[in-house]
Amino acid sequence: MSPHIVLRVGAKVLIPVILLFALYIQFHGEYSPGGGFQAGIIFAAALVLYTLIFGLDAVQRAVPPAAVHLLSACGALLYIGVGVWAMFAGGNFLEYKVLAADPHLGETMGIILIELGVGITVGAVVISLFYSFAGRTREQEN
Amino acid sequence: MEWLGLYNYWVVVVLMMVGFYIVIAQGNLIKKIVGLNIFQTSVFIFYISLSKLDGGTAPIYVEGITTYSNPLPHVLILTAIVVGVALTAVGLALAVRIHEEYGSIEEDEIQAQDEEDARNA
Amino acid sequence: MWIRNLFAATMLMGIFSLLAASLYVLLDAVDVALTEAAVGAGVSIILMLGALVLTTSKEKVHDAKHNLLALVVVLITGGALIYGTMDMPNFADPQAPAHQHVAPRYVQDSVEEIGIPNMVTSVLASYRGLDTLGEVLVIFSAGVAVLLLLGTGTYRRRPRPPRNRLK
Repeated sequence: MSPHIVLRVGAKVLIPVILLFALYIQFHGEYSPGGGFQAGIIFAAALVLYTLIFGLDAVQRAVPPAAVHLLSACGALLYIGVGVWAMFAGGNFLEYKVLAADPHLGETMGIILIELGVGITVGAVVISLFYSFAGRTREQEN
Repeated sequence: MEWLGLYNYWVVVVLMMVGFYIVIAQGNLIKKIVGLNIFQTSVFIFYISLSKLDGGTAPIYVEGITTYSNPLPHVLILTAIVVGVALTAVGLALAVRIHEEYGSIEEDEIQAQDEEDARNA
Repeated sequence: MWIRNLFAATMLMGIFSLLAASLYVLLDAVDVALTEAAVGAGVSIILMLGALVLTTSKEKVHDAKHNLLALVVVLITGGALIYGTMDMPNFADPQAPAHQHVAPRYVQDSVEEIGIPNMVTSVLASYRGLDTLGEVLVIFSAGVAVLLLLGTGTYRRRPRPPRNRLK
């Protein structure tokens, strides 16, 4: 681990920037290219880079697999929850206009919330896929 | 020279043929998945090339521009790419499990082992 | 296709994805290009490499006798598809049927109806919200399927069950 000092320092500089970029893609998706799908993938890619440099144990201490599995379900639930909320507010399933007094505000709020749900699910599923493959490798080595 | 305007479909068809050939002719399971990915990308390119318009621009509203390319295929393909990678992962996981059970990812070796098991049973 | 080393094939697939992403930029599909670059050149290559580590990176050498039939099937399919393209509209034709139905409404009205400038996002999340919900659930089920097949990657080295020790 110690000889790769360039990789370790470089990764430590890069990873926060990648995470920040993922958040920018997530929440600026209404105005520029981007959205939940891309943001989730980029967020997962940052964690994959962390794993490649510092090892699976370090990243699983930071992001435990149980939390990842929980989050992947929570994202989908958030999406469905927004739809049900719209039904309770008097509209159809996933009709965001009724979420706020101003229809534009309601639409924007609904879109931001469900994009957040998409981002959480996609990111968490990709991380859990990666954990499965990497954990299997470690098990075979033992 | 009317038919020259169809070249985008031909590029897609050639890519699709490459992917299809890999899927049915290769015996290696990992290579079949690579072929499936190429096939899939050819369908993506087909959709995206359908959405392109002459003189159009990317579908993000800007003051003063009226021609945009068609946003609907973009949406379909955007989600299809992410679903595609998730399903690729499922295929790879199946290949890994097959390798653990049979010790091989070659189709003919797996079939030979199955036939031997059937004879012994 | 002729590469025996599967690592090289995986790397070529990554390059292919990156080229496809730049093609999408040329075709004005910036959202799709961003996704393809992140997925194809990043995550799917990592997953392929993970699978190769678990299986094997060398392909067995095959004899080429049954490939002729496959080639004939592929050529017939491709020929039929190219025959089918003769009736298709020209590339980037504004009068094509694909641009006549719902697309003009998305392009003209979505900014006023939804209030955000990126039409891809508004179609994705609002007009086609139920489709996207389905896609998210498919991704979630794929994640669950891989967890069932490969395990969660959490459990440590378990001590072997002491079956033989009693005898």
